[in-house]
Amino acid sequence: MGGEIEGLLVILCLNTIYAYGIFLPAASGQLNLGAAGFITLGAYAAAWLNMSPDSEPGGLGLPMVLSIPSAVLFAAAVGFVISVPILRTRGVYMVLATFAFAEVVSGLVINLEFVGAAAGMPAEDHVDFTGLLIITICVVAFCYYLMSTRFGLAMRSVHDDESVATLFGVNVRATRVAAFTIGAAIVGLGGALYGHHFNYVEAQGFNVLLSIFILLYVLLGGTQTAWGPLVGAAFFTFIPETIRWLGRWVGGEFGKELIEYRLVAFGIIIVMMMVLRPEGVVTRTLLERVFTLRRRAAPAAAE
Amino acid sequence: MLLEVSGLDVRYGRNHAVKSMDLTIGEGEVVTVLGANGAGKSSLLKAIQGTVKPSGGRVRLGGRDVTGWSAPRRVRDGLVLVPEGRQIFVSLTVHENLQMGAYSRREPVEAEISDIYERFPNLAQRRDMPASVLSGGEQQMLAIGRALLAKPKLMMLDEPSLGLSPILVQQLFQLIDQLNRDGLAILLVEQNTFMALQSAHRAYVLELGETVLQGTPEQLAEEEKKLEAAYLGAS
Repeated sequence: MGGEIEGLLVILCLNTIYAYGIFLPAASGQLNLGAAGFITLGAYAAAWLNMSPDSEPGGLGLPMVLSIPSAVLFAAAVGFVISVPILRTRGVYMVLATFAFAEVVSGLVINLEFVGAAAGMPAEDHVDFTGLLIITICVVAFCYYLMSTRFGLAMRSVHDDESVATLFGVNVRATRVAAFTIGAAIVGLGGALYGHHFNYVEAQGFNVLLSIFILLYVLLGGTQTAWGPLVGAAFFTFIPETIRWLGRWVGGEFGKELIEYRLVAFGIIIVMMMVLRPEGVVTRTLLERVFTLRRRAAPAAAE
Repeated sequence: MLLEVSGLDVRYGRNHAVKSMDLTIGEGEVVTVLGANGAGKSSLLKAIQGTVKPSGGRVRLGGRDVTGWSAPRRVRDGLVLVPEGRQIFVSLTVHENLQMGAYSRREPVEAEISDIYERFPNLAQRRDMPASVLSGGEQQMLAIGRALLAKPKLMMLDEPSLGLSPILVQQLFQLIDQLNRDGLAILLVEQNTFMALQSAHRAYVLELGETVLQGTPEQLAEEEKKLEAAYLGAS
């Protein structure tokens, strides 16, 4: 049971990191469906840099403390370069452009012999759950901090109204490029950690379904505040498991069916959330209400 | 002269929206530009602000030629537009909207934001709420407050009374008078001719991109019939 929960928390950590990487562009109004591409870049770069030159398919043999940051920089550099053409597109066209980017990355990696081609490759050094958890907390804290800075304000103003943001002196283009690039770096970090935790990377695992889910975490969690991706990732990581446990607890025929149909139930929940809370679960209004309640409760408790 | 527009032309393709317009605003003056829909009022404001490129003519601000300047640079130099339909940042809080007004200023502005809250107590109450929860009148106050934080010498308002109840319109024009008494020059584009002429020192009447009448409200009153004809679009 303990192992099962730890396994789930590992997935949660990775999903959370991916989600924040997609959240940053989303908070400035850009939909990035290319998460799988940046995960692939981060994971393969880290694995190749870390692998000793003597083994198959071979690498540079750098220690993990170097391979992970280098993989992050690599993902950021690619993100920066492709942001120039991609940010010319908008809305659904941007979704398609980022999706296409991820497909190109996947297609390239599967054909590159020096990273193991279709067979994938091992990532030798291991990051344990504690390390993963610490880095995840750092990523969440970093994004939370970023949103509270002047740059965060610029990002959100661009999301609301580009022309007025420009008027008051925001460099819209630079803001969007920066958000996309930092996001790419964070998703790449997630990929590198994935590789070093599971010690094996395989491009087929980083497919468009993963990109879709990550974008869903962000959109359904809410893009207005830095809490959204965390809530979204947690919610969607736990829901299928919760339904499974629920099925076991109910037991009998119905319980079995519930487990079998859990992805259907999951889909229904997603549709319901889109209808009921189109702005995402965590909105500014919700936070305002929660904090007002707490403020009211505090003097009452003091009496 | 604070603002001097000479021979300004704005074209959208074959549509000649503003034709060789001349307009001046002195320090501390309230000037209104009146006209029916499609008379070229908004195009004129956009060209003065720099969000639309004029095809001819000059814009001078405080004696300097700013025709080639970008819109943000003009804002930094004291020229700010309160756009039609307010265009506040809906997912930002009231406070963040005000901070956005001072985005390109490097000095601390908290004291000035407090002044805005004193002027508009409704905004102070909703300080940390997303601006989307504000009523139309409050949104207009926020848009004006945000513009004030850019420390303007000249504030341009595009149809500020649009969609406001008569009482709010009254308050809005009181506010405009008040801001003017504090030394702010104002360029007001309005369809509410009656209210605009009460606040303005001078007025321009546009018809199909051309000035057909100009002068003090008293002078315009003498030509009221012409004004009516222009405003209603009859010729």
